[in-house]
Amino acid sequence: MHQVTLETGIMEANEQLASHNRELYDAQGISVINLMSAPGAGKTSVLEKTIQRMKDDYRLGVIEGDLMTTMDADRISALGVPAYQITTGTVCHLDARMVHNALHNFDIGGIELLFIENVGNLVCPAEFNLGEHLKIMVYSVVEGAEKPRKYPVMFHESAVVLLNKVDLLPYSGVSLEELQRNVLAVNPEAIIFPVSCRTGEGFDAWTEWLRGWIDARRSAITRAGNAASGN
Amino acid sequence: MHEMAIMQGILEIAEGEAEKHGAGRINVIKLRIGEFRGVVRDALEFAFEALRQGTKAEQAALEIETVPLRASCPNCSERNIPLNDFSLLCRDCGSILTIVAGREMEIEYLDLE
Repeated sequence: MHQVTLETGIMEANEQLASHNRELYDAQGISVINLMSAPGAGKTSVLEKTIQRMKDDYRLGVIEGDLMTTMDADRISALGVPAYQITTGTVCHLDARMVHNALHNFDIGGIELLFIENVGNLVCPAEFNLGEHLKIMVYSVVEGAEKPRKYPVMFHESAVVLLNKVDLLPYSGVSLEELQRNVLAVNPEAIIFPVSCRTGEGFDAWTEWLRGWIDARRSAITRAGNAASGN
Repeated sequence: MHEMAIMQGILEIAEGEAEKHGAGRINVIKLRIGEFRGVVRDALEFAFEALRQGTKAEQAALEIETVPLRASCPNCSERNIPLNDFSLLCRDCGSILTIVAGREMEIEYLDLE
């Protein structure tokens, strides 16, 4: 009997594939966003609204993750944006390998901003890095003000938190202020946008921020490209 | 239930190590899992029961150490602040705390035979 000390990260294999994905994105100058939420929080609706406001100015693409059906990819394709559906069967999250395999079947060349819409789940997707540059979470206010404290990991991991369905606040008894306080408690640096897909409220502020983010990345990519070619 | 996927990964690493060391059997798998990870201990144990059959870890004991969430304050220079409520703002000065423990997810050691 002998003991072997490892101190190996359990997620190491996923991390390695995620880095490999990141290299693929970076080599083609693609900015990638991992979009996460519980089921029904409104990820696809947020995407549709965001795409409508941005597709004339940016080349967009979407990878959709769901257990079953191509319904979400169909909704995105209907907007004239290339979409690829990953169906996970029974798996409750996307991992770096699934995305890597998708990249073999989905031509991302020419895309500037790729959204990966994760499987709807408030816990599991937060543990699997996909190689993305930014994690964004959609949370519907009707899920309650206390969830950030009960399910802190995804809120903690997300740079941006979109608080969706604010049009339902008057009917829900949920305090937006308390919810925001709880998000900031588990993620003090979170950038929060209250939005409503139904009324369009908050989408000006959110898409303006997103344009700023992608523009900053675009100039960084150009600078890196110039430096590499010696210009 | 991403614990299934996580346990699959753990068993792959453990069997790979057993192979490397020429061991026929894994007696103990010792894990360190931070409290601030989305991993449920019971679900991990269940996944182990379901997946260990037919592996070198079939008879192994799974030991899971839960590492509590702890942080330090850059302003108050207080270290090792226990966080029971997952709030990452310093109670004394409101600064953003730095997590020092509780995000672990590792195999600490294996006992091989």
